[in-house]
Amino acid sequence: MAGTIASAIYQGLIRRNAVYLTSIFAGAFAFELAFDTGSNKVWDTINRGRQWKDIKHQYLVKEEEDDE
Amino acid sequence: MLGRTAMRGVPFRGLARQSLNRTSTRSASSSAGSESANSPFNLTLTASVATAAALGSAAYLFGQEAFASTPAEEGLHATAYPWEHAKWTKTFDHQALRRGFQVYREVCASCHSLTRVPWRSFVGVTHTVDEMKAFAEENEYDTEPNDQGEIEKRPGKLSDYMPSPYKNEEAARAANGGALPPDLSLIVKGRHGGCDYIFSLLTGYPDEPPAGASVQEGMNFNPYFPGTAIAMGRVLFDGVVEYEDGTPATTSQMAKDVVEFLNWSAEPEMDDRKKMGVKALTLLTGLFAVSVWVKRYKWSPIKTRKVVYSPPVSPRR
Repeated sequence: MAGTIASAIYQGLIRRNAVYLTSIFAGAFAFELAFDTGSNKVWDTINRGRQWKDIKHQYLVKEEEDDE
Repeated sequence: MLGRTAMRGVPFRGLARQSLNRTSTRSASSSAGSESANSPFNLTLTASVATAAALGSAAYLFGQEAFASTPAEEGLHATAYPWEHAKWTKTFDHQALRRGFQVYREVCASCHSLTRVPWRSFVGVTHTVDEMKAFAEENEYDTEPNDQGEIEKRPGKLSDYMPSPYKNEEAARAANGGALPPDLSLIVKGRHGGCDYIFSLLTGYPDEPPAGASVQEGMNFNPYFPGTAIAMGRVLFDGVVEYEDGTPATTSQMAKDVVEFLNWSAEPEMDDRKKMGVKALTLLTGLFAVSVWVKRYKWSPIKTRKVVYSPPVSPRR
């Protein structure tokens, strides 16, 4: 089983250098996207109610009423 | 050079021979019967006492800090408060920053400048664009010289920095009995004790100076201020400010809010910095785990090998 997976990885990704390089770059891009999204979510949970985006609705709504 | 080493060679050799002799004699004497003096317990005891004496005398001689000032000149040490925003994973409480800015604007700004902070830096932090534009427009700034070379006045823009209450340092001193109200932009970084010190100072004014304390005319007593005589009087009284979000404006609440606000003005990058730090620590922990695994992987053949020495069998004769 492990051998088939390893050979699939080798045949599919590593054997051709162009595919290998492309997969590394795409993997880095995907990882950064996922890591940033995930850690930002954790950060916002830890700091719920403390950041500007949590309180700005109070002040934005008031202005729209003033405009109308 | 060569001659010197040759000269030095002779006494060394003699010394080596001497010490060799001495060890041989000592082993002879110990075997003769003075067991108790050289027992492991006594050796450890002697070594421990000698180490303790050496460390103690060194600490006595070099470990003491020299204080040239009296406690009154140093000022009372500020209490350490559990600031929520000082924790590693906590941002500023932006509602508190907004309240703190209100306190600064209505109380502190009459004497203290905040010249390193532009109006634009509040946008998206404590206030909306339109609120901040309105605040900026309340102040007048110099224009560029026009065709006639005259400098006119214009209302403030978001890119302007916050105006000072006084034209220059001399005017500030003249209006405050010779004492200069410091600029508050970086005051949290610029004072020992930071937030704790400023909070203690703002809330630490006693109703009456204690018995025996001499307070000069125009000065106020504050135990936290180095020298205890401060030109600034107590400014935060319950209800001086009316908060728009309904928070009760007690002295300590206002002091806490304005201290957090001043910490923000000194470190506006703190929120992002902490977030980056948490991300970096997370990634580096993963990379460290990988490197530990790689080390163990590479070393496993070396760690698990067994070296056996089988002496050659001499032919029987």
